[in-house]
Amino acid sequence: MTAGEHTDARRAWVPSALELERRAYRRSRTVRSAAIASISTIILVGVLGFVVTSSSGWPRVKETFFDWDKAVASFPAVLNGLWLNIRVLLVCSVLITALGLTIAVIRTLRGPVFFPLRLFGAAFTDLFRGLPLLLVLLLLGFGVPALGLDGVPQEAVFWGCAALVLSYSAYVAEVFRAGIESVHPSQRAAARSLGLTHTQSLRFVIVPQAIRRVLPPLLNDFVSLQKDSGLIAVLGVVDAIRAAQIETARDFNFTPYVVAGVLFVCLTIPMARFTDWVARKQGFQGGGLL
Amino acid sequence: MSLLSISGLRKSFGDNVVLDGFDMDVAPGECVVLIGASGSGKSTLLRCVNLLETVDDGVIELAGQDITDPRVNPDQVRARMGMVFQAYNLFPHLSVLDNIMLAPVRVHRRRARAEAATAAQEILERVGLADKARVRPDELSGGQQQRVAIARALVNSPELMLLDEVTSALDPELVGEVLDLLVSLKADGMTMVLATHEMAFAKEVADRVCFLHGGQIHEEGPPASLLTAPTRERTRAFLARFVGL
Ligand SMILES: Nc1ncnc2c1ncn2[C@@H]1O[C@H](COP(=O)(O)OP(=O)(O)OP(=O)(O)O)[C@@H](O)[C@H]1O
Ligand SMILES: [Mg+2]
Repeated sequence: MTAGEHTDARRAWVPSALELERRAYRRSRTVRSAAIASISTIILVGVLGFVVTSSSGWPRVKETFFDWDKAVASFPAVLNGLWLNIRVLLVCSVLITALGLTIAVIRTLRGPVFFPLRLFGAAFTDLFRGLPLLLVLLLLGFGVPALGLDGVPQEAVFWGCAALVLSYSAYVAEVFRAGIESVHPSQRAAARSLGLTHTQSLRFVIVPQAIRRVLPPLLNDFVSLQKDSGLIAVLGVVDAIRAAQIETARDFNFTPYVVAGVLFVCLTIPMARFTDWVARKQGFQGGGLL
Repeated sequence: MSLLSISGLRKSFGDNVVLDGFDMDVAPGECVVLIGASGSGKSTLLRCVNLLETVDDGVIELAGQDITDPRVNPDQVRARMGMVFQAYNLFPHLSVLDNIMLAPVRVHRRRARAEAATAAQEILERVGLADKARVRPDELSGGQQQRVAIARALVNSPELMLLDEVTSALDPELVGEVLDLLVSLKADGMTMVLATHEMAFAKEVADRVCFLHGGQIHEEGPPASLLTAPTRERTRAFLARFVGL
């Protein structure tokens, strides 16, 4: 059969009555599921809302956490702070990806020459995965500037970013390493048999496949980084959280914190949806690999 | 002079001695088919020749050069051979064309990208897949993937082709596709060493069939005589399982 006949045969296809009936049934099931989901959600939210608002402390909580006027008043300052979080996030993401991938590749190098590098890679990941992020932030943010070394930056933002990059690179390196090791050894053999060097095999064959595989967990780490970027507030940097804190300090109304929280959630939702989308897309293709 | 000359080759994995004093010579343009029971070391031999394994002892010479010498750059040696694997081992993240172009562009840098693309397209035409250049390997049938793998090995103009059970994952019709391709390669004078369980292959393309047993060539000869009238007991027992020869 030629290609032309093939497409003609396809164009001529009309779904059978049986198939149409199956489709109609599937559609009706979809509508039914959606209806059940909406109704149960509305009931649950209604019950929760009623329980909360009818509690004795609600009027006070409403006043201190959900004051609309206060929210509107503090919004510009908090949003301004969030702009810093976003910039920190962008710069750190790039640095974390680069450092994480470098360490992952270092840890997969073979041969005795690379022993010191491998040791460094292992020590780095062990150390920074073990240390709480808050501790790294405090040590770097207050410790290093206190040394008063010449030529070393003094800005808190710089050290806040450094702490984020170090901690997150350790995680991201492990994600990359798992990806690199998940690529079947036969791929390496095939690359080497074509005459590619070890480095070329990594660069053109192994790492591209590894990155594709670990993209969903990697993006998940970056969603987590978005909110952890708020921790640099402990160094006195005026980010969204610190801005909210300043606003609160005037009248002990905590609404600005809620505003900051809502903004952070709004920031992470697109990223989280994007992660889901990538994961789903890969799920459909994943079966074809060796 | 022989193109490939193996003498006294030994290869073991732990206590398992797979090749033990293995000797073999392959003349230019010759097609040698390796047969033998599963685990007899056919793949191991091909991997040793391709320097994917380090040998325990013995010498492998390619066109007179000892390639087991640790001072030899293995990447340069591999670039002179083409190896095709049982499981195709195509790179799933690259299109068919990019799979074929990877080595010409990265290893044989003398080639410009456009030139490499032309060469890749020509070789795809030769294996009958010119219309599949842009698709990903996982959109191809097994026989098509294997022909791409052979094309990928051929595009470097290798002096020697090593083929490891290139049809064991294919149905009889697809085996025919690959067999036709190998017959035409042989007609062009390509030197090939081929491991297979497919006796039809041995009959069609082999100049010489070698039966591997006990880490050595137990018996060898032209396909007509070795396959139909083996002289040694072990060879006879192995071939008895393939009816209709
Ligand atoms: N990487 C390895 N590590 C340990 N043992 C191995 C390794 N590769 C092969 N072997 C062993 O070497 C022996 C020979 O294996 P080989 O793959 O060469 O056999 P084969 O003749 O190609 O078999 P088949 O026809 O099933 O492909 C087997 O006993 C196998 O277990
Ligand atoms: Mg094998």
